[in-house]
Amino acid sequence: MGDRLLAGVCWLAAGIVAGGFAWLLGDIVMNGLGQINLMYLLMPVADAGRAGGIGPVIVSTSLILVVCLSVSLPLGLATAIVLSEADDERWFGRLVRRSLDVLAGVPSIVFGLFGYAVFGLALGLGFSILSGGLTLACMVLPILIRSIEQGLRAVPIDIRHAAAALGMQRWRTLVAVLLPAAAPGVLVGVVLGIGRAAAETAALLFTSGYVARMPDSLLDSGRSLSVHIFDLALNVAGGEPRAYAAALVLIVALAVVNLTAISLSERLLSSRINPA
Amino acid sequence: MPASASRLDPDRLLTGGLRLCAAFSAALLILVVIFLLLQAGPVLDAIGPWRLFADDGWFPADTAAAGQFSIVALLAGSGAVAFGATVLAAPLAIASAVFCRFVAPPRIGQLFRRMLEVLAGVPSVVFGFWGLVVLVPLINRWQPPGASVLAGALVLGLMILPTIALLADSALRSVPRATLSAAAALGLSRWRTALQVALPAARGGVVTGIILGVARAIGETMAVLMVCGNVVQVPASVFEPVRTLTANIALEMAYAYGDHRSALFLTGLVLTLLVIALVLVAELGRGANARRTAHG
Amino acid sequence: MKSTVTPIRSVVAESAPPALAIQTKDLAVHYGALCAVRGVSLQVPQQQITAIIGPSGCGKTSVLSSLNRLTDLIPGARVSGQILIDGADVLWPAYDPVALRRRVGKVFQKPNPFPLSIARNLDLPLRDQGVRNADERAGRIEAVLRRVGLWDEVAQRLDMPAQQLSGGQQQRLCIARALVLEPDILLMDEPCSALDPIASGVVEGLIEELRGDYTVVVVTHNLQQARRIADHLAVFWTSGDAGCLVEQGPAGAIFDSPKQAITAAYLDGRCC
Ligand SMILES: Nc1ncnc2c1ncn2[C@@H]1O[C@H](COP(=O)(O)OP(=O)(O)O)[C@@H](O)[C@H]1O
Ligand SMILES: [Mg+2]
Repeated sequence: MGDRLLAGVCWLAAGIVAGGFAWLLGDIVMNGLGQINLMYLLMPVADAGRAGGIGPVIVSTSLILVVCLSVSLPLGLATAIVLSEADDERWFGRLVRRSLDVLAGVPSIVFGLFGYAVFGLALGLGFSILSGGLTLACMVLPILIRSIEQGLRAVPIDIRHAAAALGMQRWRTLVAVLLPAAAPGVLVGVVLGIGRAAAETAALLFTSGYVARMPDSLLDSGRSLSVHIFDLALNVAGGEPRAYAAALVLIVALAVVNLTAISLSERLLSSRINPA
Repeated sequence: MPASASRLDPDRLLTGGLRLCAAFSAALLILVVIFLLLQAGPVLDAIGPWRLFADDGWFPADTAAAGQFSIVALLAGSGAVAFGATVLAAPLAIASAVFCRFVAPPRIGQLFRRMLEVLAGVPSVVFGFWGLVVLVPLINRWQPPGASVLAGALVLGLMILPTIALLADSALRSVPRATLSAAAALGLSRWRTALQVALPAARGGVVTGIILGVARAIGETMAVLMVCGNVVQVPASVFEPVRTLTANIALEMAYAYGDHRSALFLTGLVLTLLVIALVLVAELGRGANARRTAHG
Repeated sequence: MKSTVTPIRSVVAESAPPALAIQTKDLAVHYGALCAVRGVSLQVPQQQITAIIGPSGCGKTSVLSSLNRLTDLIPGARVSGQILIDGADVLWPAYDPVALRRRVGKVFQKPNPFPLSIARNLDLPLRDQGVRNADERAGRIEAVLRRVGLWDEVAQRLDMPAQQLSGGQQQRLCIARALVLEPDILLMDEPCSALDPIASGVVEGLIEELRGDYTVVVVTHNLQQARRIADHLAVFWTSGDAGCLVEQGPAGAIFDSPKQAITAAYLDGRCC
C-alpha cells in the first residue's frame, strides 16, 4: 500500500518535471526549427535581428569563448595541480579551496559588474570581446579547477610513487606522466567550462556588449548568442520568431557540449573502477 | 654528498609559478569584493548603509543628495521569487531523486538523470524567453498582467530543480549499501526504506542542494528580468509584478551615472554577501554531514 | 622439522664479512602517533641479495621505503635514526633525495608502469637524467629489456600501452625501468606477490640473475623463495606495539640454526 503510494507520488513528480522539460524544449524546437538553415547560420544580422542570420553572432561567441579559455585554462590547470597535491591539513590548500567554493556561488550579474569595473574601466578595454572573455574566465574558473583537480586525483598514487622512486623531477613527472593520465578530467573540465560560458548572458551585458556587426578585432564589441536571444525577446518588436531560432541553435550546441562532458566523465569513472 | 637546489632549479620555478597562480585564483574572490567596494564607495560614503533600508523607495539619481536608495522592495522581490521557486522545486526535486534511486527501473532512472543534466545546462536566457512567450501570456489570461512573482517562481523553480535533484540524487547514492540492506533485512518495505532510512541518511546532501538552489535563484538575472515585470514594489500577491536586485542592475546599468551607478555596485555587493552567506551555510552543512557519516 | 636443503651461499658469506652497501642504526618509522617499526640496525652486504622476511604488519615495507626516502611522500610519516649509504646519512635534511633515488631504485609490490607506452616508460627516466642522445637511450632501453628477458616479447610493439602487458610482464618492465638508470642498489617490496606462480617464477629467476651486479634488498612473504634466493637474511617481528628486527645474518646459517626462538618457530611455519 505504502509502496504503491510512494511509487505513485514519485512517478507523478517525475512526470511533471519531464512534462515541463518537454514543454520547454518542444516549444523551442517546434518554433525554431523551421527557420534554421545554412544561410541563417552564415548571414549577417539584418533589421535588428528580424531578418538576416547570426553569422557575426556566432563568430563573436566563439571569440569570447576562445579568450575565456585561453586565460582560464592555464590558470585553472596550475591551481588544480596545486590543489591536487595540497595536504588538506595545510592552510594554503584549504584557503584556496574555500575561496573557490564561494566564488562559484557569486551571481553572474556581479561578475558582469566586476568585469565592467576592472576590464572595461580600469584596464580601458571598454565594451569588447576581450572584456567579455576575461569576465567569463573569472566566472568559469571554479568549475574548471574542480573537474581538473578530480581528474588529477584520479591518477593512482602508485604512479606518483613510481616517478619519485626513479628520482624524476617534479616538472617532468607532471608534464610527461600526470597530465597525460589526467587528460580526460581536464577535458571534462574544459567542456563544462565552455558550457557554462556559452550559456551566460548577464555577465556579458556590460562587458562585451550588444554590437551585432562582425568584429574586426578582440577590442571590438561583439554580441554573444545568448545576448542576441535576450535582445530579440525583450527589445525588438517582432523579434520573437528569430529569438526562437537563436535559442534552438544555442540549446543544441549546449546539449552536445554537456552530453560530451557527461559521457567523458562517466568513461573516466568506469576506467577508474576497472583499470585496463 | 649531493646537496640540492641550484638557483635555476626548474622544479623550484615550477612550484613557485604554480603557487602564484593558485594564490591568484584564491585572491579573485577578494578582488571581486574590493572592486565592488571601490565602485560603491562614493554612494556608501554619502548615504551610509542605513539608508538602504530607511529611504522612502528606490528613486536613484546622479547625486546621492537628490536620490532615494531603499532596496527594501528589491530585496522583497528577490526574496519572494526565490522563496516561491524553492517551495515549488524542492519537493519535486526530492521526489525526482527518490524516483531515480528507488522507484524507476534502472534504464528509466538513468534516462531521467540524463534529462536533469541536460536541463541543468539550458541557459537562463532560454528559460526566460520561454517564460516570456509561453507562461506570461497564460497567466495573463487568468490574472493580468501575467508578468509576476508567480511567473518568476515557476521559471526559476524549473531552473533550480535539476540542481537540487542532482545533489539529492548523489547524496542518496552515497548512502552506504549496507544501511539499505540492513533496512531490507529488517523487512522494511521499500517506501519505508526510502523515506525513513535513505532520505534521513542523505539529509545533509539534500539540504545543501536546497541551499545552493536558493543561492542560484537569488543570483539569477536573465530569467527573472524577462518574466517578472520589473515594477519596484513589495508584492501584495503572487500575481503582481516585482523587480529583483539582479534585474535592477541589468536594467539600470545601461544608463546609470555617478552616484546612481555607484548605488548599483552597492546592491551588487549586498547580493554577493547574501550569496556568500548561503554558500558558507551550505558548506557548513556539508562538513557536518561528512563528519557525521565518518563517525557513524 | 629442520630443513635439509643445502644452503647456497653460506660458505662465501661466512668466510669473510663483505662490505656493507647500507647500514641503518636505530632506525624507526612513525606514522603520526603510531610507531610502525623501531630499533632497526640493519646491515645490507654489497652485491648480494638480502631478503627481509616477517609476518605482515611488522614494518618491512616501512623500512624499505625509508631506505630511499620514499617515506617523504607519505603525509605524517617520520623516520628517525641513521641510514648510512657510502658513509653518508641519507636522512640528513640537506641530502638530496632525488640523487639518492637515482642510486637506490625501487620495485613495488603491485606493478606500476606509467600509463604510457612501453618504450616511453623507459625513455622518460633516461631523459630526466639528462641522457640527450636518442641513440644512446634506445641502446640502453634495448639492453635493459634484454636483461629482464622482455626484449623478445615486446621488441615489435614498443609503442603499445604498458598497461596492456600481462602482470608478470608489467613487473619485469618495472624492474627494467628501475635498472635503466643503472642504480647501485635495488629495493624490491614483495615483487612476486601480485603475480601468478609462473610469472612469479620468472621474476624470481630474474632477481637471482641480478646477484653480483647489484645490491638487492627484497621483501618477501614466501619462505621458500627466501631460501632459494637470499644470501643474507633479516627477520622482522612485531614485539609489543611496534615492529623490530629480531635476527640477521647469512641466510644459510639462519635457516640451519636460528639463534632466536621466534625465528625458529617462524621458519618452521609453527606460527602464522
Ligand atoms: N601510510 C600509513 N599510515 C599509517 N600507518 C601505516 C601506513 N603504512 C603502514 N602503516 C602501519 O605501519 C605498520 C607496518 O606496516 P608495513 O610497513 O606496511 O608492514 P609490512 O610491510 O611488514 O606488512 C602497520 O601496522 C601498518 O598499519
Ligand atoms: Mg608490506
